[in-house]
Amino acid sequence: MSGIPKAIGNAPCILRRSFAVKLLLGLCVGVSAAQSPVATTSFLHKQAPQFVRTDFENRKLDLRAYRGKVVLLDFWATWCASCQIEMPRFVAWQSQYGPRGLQIIGISMDDDPALARKLYKKMKLNYPVAMGDERLGQLYGGVLGLPLTYLIDSQGNVQARFRGEADLNSIEEKFKTLLRP
Amino acid sequence: MSKRSHKLFINIDLPARRSMFMVPGTAREPGTNGLNSLQGNTMKFGLAERSRIAAFLIFAFLSFAVQLRAQFAPAPAGSAFSIPEAQLLKPEALIQLLQTTNKDKPLILQVGSHMLFAQAHIPGSEYAGPGSQPAGIEQLQIRMNALSRKKLIVLYCGCCPWNRCPNLGPAFAKLREMGFTNVKALYLANNFGADWADKGYPVEPGN
Repeated sequence: MSGIPKAIGNAPCILRRSFAVKLLLGLCVGVSAAQSPVATTSFLHKQAPQFVRTDFENRKLDLRAYRGKVVLLDFWATWCASCQIEMPRFVAWQSQYGPRGLQIIGISMDDDPALARKLYKKMKLNYPVAMGDERLGQLYGGVLGLPLTYLIDSQGNVQARFRGEADLNSIEEKFKTLLRP
Repeated sequence: MSKRSHKLFINIDLPARRSMFMVPGTAREPGTNGLNSLQGNTMKFGLAERSRIAAFLIFAFLSFAVQLRAQFAPAPAGSAFSIPEAQLLKPEALIQLLQTTNKDKPLILQVGSHMLFAQAHIPGSEYAGPGSQPAGIEQLQIRMNALSRKKLIVLYCGCCPWNRCPNLGPAFAKLREMGFTNVKALYLANNFGADWADKGYPVEPGN
């Protein structure tokens, strides 16, 4: 099948090199396409769908309560390697930009809450995290692939959606423009 | 680099070859005293250039070697990369297959997250458990035990980018181990949302 990597173990060297180049190009194109904020999403510049959950510290997590803050709403799961790569950066951002009005909120899309709680502790997440479900996923237009991050401004409007392995620097630049000086 | 120094670089003689990696001014090669001042300046410039080129070539070679090693290393167990290309199916090919196959429709199994499956999945597909977990593999085995080993099976996940998917590789390997000879994997480069739902291919919610 053209455009799809050949079997690594069986293909001759030249074919393996060829498919590796094609795969790399394909992934680059795919990732760059996936990481752009989706301008056409129906949520863009509209109110973010509201939800109330109980976070992993047994506190009420009400999105509406964060009005006035810039919210980075991160959908993740333990099986999502890319999500885990992002987490240390989110922790650093919460510490660095929290005083300027940034609030990161994590929503785990794991099937097993125990796995999510374990990773929450392991990664020492310093922001509220709650379990999601298919209803919450559908509320946000379908969380059909991770990571998925929404940027919500202090008025509660969605400003950007970052899907796939996003460029974290571009996310940072984007939310910094919304923060207090 | 000027044409002249380029020519010098190509037609370099043996003493100059020996001094190629020497920093100009720090040592003197025998037999270079006869050069006139213009040649000497050009040679000094050439040596500096050569040093930079040599450093660049060493760096490039090391980078290339690292990439080669990564490229020819066996795919990690469980990676979607471990699935042979011949067994991959593009989304459009699956659509075509579903439209044209009347008698023996493939059994389509989602082997990733149930939460994703419940939001949207390929109509007619079944949830078979996460391939990355032993419980998921067990669930898959139980589902498949009674089926003909010649049955056409299409596995898919779409949880995350192909190179990060932890589910498809183990599920595919399990079915091969069980003796299934006609197993395909749906190639979703980024995820189910971007490569299937957003492209307008049919989905349905539910368990």
